[in-house]
Parts: sequence; structure tokens; C-alpha cells
Amino acid sequence: MNQNYGIIAAFDTTPELYHACEKVRDAGYSQWDALTPFPVHGLDAAMGMRRSNVPRFSLAGGLTGFCTGMGFIAWLGLSEYPLIVGGKPMFSPMFAFPVSYELTILFTAFATIFGMFFLNQLPMHYHPVMKAPQFVRAMDDRFYIVIEANDPKFNATAIRDLLAKAGGKDIVELES
Amino acid sequence: MGAHASDTPAPAILAEVNPAAVPRPVLVAHHRDFHWITEKICGLVEGKTPVWWWWCFGAAAFVASFTVAGLTYLVSTGVGVWGHANPVNWAWDIVNFVFWIGIGHAGTLISAILCLLRQKWRTSINRPAEAMTIFAVVCAAIFPVFHVGRIWFAVLPGWLFPFPNSNGIWQNFRSPLEWDVFAVSTYGTVSVLFWYIGLIPDLGTLRDRFTSAGNVFKARIYGFFAMGWRGSNRQWSNYEMAYLILAGVSTPLVLSVHTIVSFDFAVSLIPGWHTTIFPPYFVAGAIFSGFGMVLTLMLPLRAIYRLDDLITQYHIDCMCKIILATGTMVGYAYSMEFFIAWYGANPYEGFAFINRAFGHYAWAYWIMISCNVITPQFFWFKAVRQNTTLVWILCLFVNVGMWFERFVIIVTSLARDFLPSSWGYYSPSVVEIFTFFGTFGVFSVLFLLFIRFVPIMPMSEIKMVIPAADPHGSSKH
Repeated sequence: MNQNYGIIAAFDTTPELYHACEKVRDAGYSQWDALTPFPVHGLDAAMGMRRSNVPRFSLAGGLTGFCTGMGFIAWLGLSEYPLIVGGKPMFSPMFAFPVSYELTILFTAFATIFGMFFLNQLPMHYHPVMKAPQFVRAMDDRFYIVIEANDPKFNATAIRDLLAKAGGKDIVELES
Repeated sequence: MGAHASDTPAPAILAEVNPAAVPRPVLVAHHRDFHWITEKICGLVEGKTPVWWWWCFGAAAFVASFTVAGLTYLVSTGVGVWGHANPVNWAWDIVNFVFWIGIGHAGTLISAILCLLRQKWRTSINRPAEAMTIFAVVCAAIFPVFHVGRIWFAVLPGWLFPFPNSNGIWQNFRSPLEWDVFAVSTYGTVSVLFWYIGLIPDLGTLRDRFTSAGNVFKARIYGFFAMGWRGSNRQWSNYEMAYLILAGVSTPLVLSVHTIVSFDFAVSLIPGWHTTIFPPYFVAGAIFSGFGMVLTLMLPLRAIYRLDDLITQYHIDCMCKIILATGTMVGYAYSMEFFIAWYGANPYEGFAFINRAFGHYAWAYWIMISCNVITPQFFWFKAVRQNTTLVWILCLFVNVGMWFERFVIIVTSLARDFLPSSWGYYSPSVVEIFTFFGTFGVFSVLFLLFIRFVPIMPMSEIKMVIPAADPHGSSKH
């Protein structure tokens, strides 16, 4: 087993990072990541990533919210305490709609956020890349590529070579 | 996110038609780079608390104490301390509620609707505008919660929230007032979530800067809220999607909130309230008043913190134009209400509108017209939009005018309804005046805490819109 977490390389500009990501992707690595201070346009494609799964959570949340609203108001009017108010029907989807609509949005928002946290494995207050002294600039103005040691194709020399050729600077190994 | 437009070659037709290069206004002036943005915005949080901040905070806390005193007196004595009496049983409490909730709408418009419309100029103003939304909702919520008098009854016997009373009877879900509870509480919650999600990357930046500066205490606090964000692109991908979906659901939310607020009136039978124009008219008015408040807050902030490179003249122009557009819509709605009152041939409706303009409350009506219809028309002129002092003063008039709009709608309609024998005249009590005056202090206290402890602009989003962020060279798209 390799005791290091992986290899990190720095890039100064977004075009450099973008083309380096394409090269790492084409070299067939799978356990790697780019660290950027802001989402770089088109980087998902350059890294060969699939579309995010967050919308599935949102859809589930929205449907749950709508059914909760309709179901709750129907249960109240039809079963829990049927009460005639102004000669109106005990239940109608018309008057239940505004509340169900708001609950759709409320549940969608919560599902989206918790789905995002779940997929991103947050909160994760410790991560090996955070220990690196250069990490402070990953949230400021510099861009990094990290290739992890548990990648099946991991080979320190080949990776250093690949990253250096792609324009990476300050290439170092990260402790795990 | 699948194949991006930027990864496909430009269509061949482009060479043939040779489109003219449209000059885009710069969103960050003076070619500032990534590091400058970080230093500028983090510097405001990391620096020493300025003296003016303490003065403002003290003054705001003093003003806020009026609300605390007014509400304490209300709860200990009873809702009779407010000036409501038959026939005007709804007055300043709901006027103030609608006023504050309307102000919040501009924040959500900036963060959600302009995000979906890809208006990149929103980036530097969306964080303070969203903060404004949250604090405005806090101020708005004071009034419906406290108008029940014994506030602890708002929850358990369910005077507001859905719980049954001691006879097992639940709320009337056919009533727009109950819809409003759901609309406003959803709005407040989603606004906080949206704001917090936007903050996570910036809190990560602050965490790392405090860590490298050796300030363990602050690094822990900011780090706790940053959730361990590390700017990984695999995280950004999910984050961007979540942000887009939140913008997508906040858009129908913000439109629905003021629609439902307008249902409080439109679903009733009172002349002057019972109209179908209310939902769009209220939403336009809300955005109008909200942008007035955004500029009222943003212009002093820009001057004090020297944010001219981030909030450029272009940003101010855009906001003034939105005020102009929505103000004109509101003016159109006023005239259309009059037209329909005549065209509908309902004598009560016709009387309600004649009475608004020429009756006992005519002074309020004409303040409303001059502030909301005439004031925004000045923004047609570039010279006015470029004079920040003048813009600020005009925005104050917008704020005043929109408060009077709600006062006119609510009070004049109730004071003169169907039977002359049940007519009346409403004046606020001193307790009401103090409570409302104090909400400006509550709002200012919260906003001052925000500009002191939270990065006031979304650094990651501003970095995204400067030319250096484009991985394909800035000229391509």
C-alpha cells in the first residue's frame, strides 16, 4: 500500500487547468479531482464527469411535498374533523392547492440541499488536501489537480511526468 | 453536466454572417484579478471593526428597542393597544407586514430570477440582497405573529400554525390567511437555505485564511459552517446543480408569495380589494419596493467600503431600469383599477376609488401616486442614474410610496365599505408607531451584523464573471 494520499499539481490559469484535465481524463485515470476557487465553465466535460444526480433528490422531495399538502388537507376535511365552512366542499384540490404548492417548494429545497450534501459527502471537516500548505490558494486564485494513490493506474513517475507536461507546477506528493 | 456549448466547434454559419462584436459592459472594473477580489471581500471581515460601525450599531439597537418595548407592552396588555377598531380591523399591522415582505422580494428576484436569466451583473449584489430578504422577512413576521396578542397561542392552539385547538378544530384551509402562513414560512426558510448554500464556498475561503493566519477560533467557527468545502470540481458539479434547482424553485416561490399575500385581500368581498388584478400588481409592487431598498442599502455600502469596482455604474443603471419598469407597471395597475371600477359599473367599487383619491385619506393616496408613479420616471435619464446621491434620494421616496400604497389599499377600503352607518376613520396609536419605527432598527441591526461577520459578496461567483475565469479565452464567448 502506498502511504501517500496522492499527487497534487498547481496551475495558474483556467485554460491551463482545462487542458490538463482533458489530458488526465484521456490518460484514463478515475480517482482524481480538480480543486478550483469557483466552478470553471465546461470543466465537468473536460474531466469526463456525468451529469449531477441532485435533480433526482429534488424530484422526490417535490412529489413528497405536494402529496403531503394534498393528503394532509384531505385527511383533515374528510376524516379528522369534517366541518362545513361557508357551504364549501369538505375537500377540493382547488383550495388545497396553494398550501400544497408551497410545500412542494419547501420539500424540494430541503431535498436538493440534503441531496447535494449527501452526494458531496459533506460535512467533511477533514480531508488530506486541506493539510497541504498550498491549499489556501485553492480557495483563492490558483487551480489544482489531485490524482489519488488509490487510482488503479497510479504510478508516481508517470503522473509527475503527465502533470508536468500539461503545465503543472509545484508538483508534490500529499500525505494521507 | 453533459456536453457544454463551449466544447462544440462554432457553427459554420458564423463565418458567413460575420456577427458584429457586441461590447459587453465589464462587471468588475479596472481588470481586477482573482486575488484582489478575495483580499477585498475577506478584508472587510478580517479587518478591525470600524468606528462608524459601532456608532451605527448603537443607533440601530436604540431604534430596535422601540419595537421591543412596543411588543412587550402589546403582549402584557392586549391587542387593544393598537389603534384598530371597527370598522378598520386591519391596519398598520398588515400594512407593515406587506411592506416588509414586499421588500424581501427583490433579493429573491436578484438571486433566483436573474440567475435563471443569466444576468451576470447579479453576482456582486446578490448576497447583500438575499440578506436583505431574510431580514425583511424577519421584520414582516413580527406583525402576524404578534397580532394574535398572546403569541404562545400562535403555535399550540394553532392561531397561525396548523395545530388543532382545544375542541379539536383545525385551521380553515379554505382561507387565504392560512395559505399565507405557509407561503411566508416557506419563503423565509427557502431564502435562508438559498443564502446559506451560496455562502458555503466563501466561508471555506475565510476558514483557510484564518487557518493560515493562525486564528484557530475563527477558523473553527467559519469552518463549521463551511461544512468542509474544498472546492473540488466533483463537488462543484453537484453544487452548481443544487444552486440552479434552488433558483428554479425560488422563482415560482417569490411570485406565489406576494400572489398569496394579495389573496388575503382579493378573496374577500370588500370594494377596492375584490379585484383580479391584485396578484400581478402586488408582485410588481413588491419588486419595485425591494429594488428601492436594495439601492438604499447598496449605495452607502459601496461608498463606505469603496466597492466601486464591484458595484459599477452598470449595476446601478440596471437596478434603476428595473425600478423604472416595475414602477411603471404599478402606475399602470393604479390606472387600470380606476378604469375597471368605472367599467365594472359596480357603484360600491366606483365609490371606493373616488373615495381613495378625493376622500378622507386623499393625502395618503396622493403621496402614493407621487412617490410610486412620478419618482421612477426620473430614471429615464442617464444623468439621473449616474448621480448616486439623487438615485439614493429617489429610492427613499420609492420606499415611502410603497408603504403608503399598502396603507391606501387596506385602510381606505375598510374605513368606507358598504353601509355609511359603519364608516369610520382610523389613526394609529403611539404603540403601533413605535413598533413599526423600531423594525427599521431591527433590520439595521441584522444588516450591520451581516456586513461585519459575513463575506458581503459571493467571491466565487464574482470570480466566475471576470475574463480570466473563462477557460477558452475571454473573446470566444
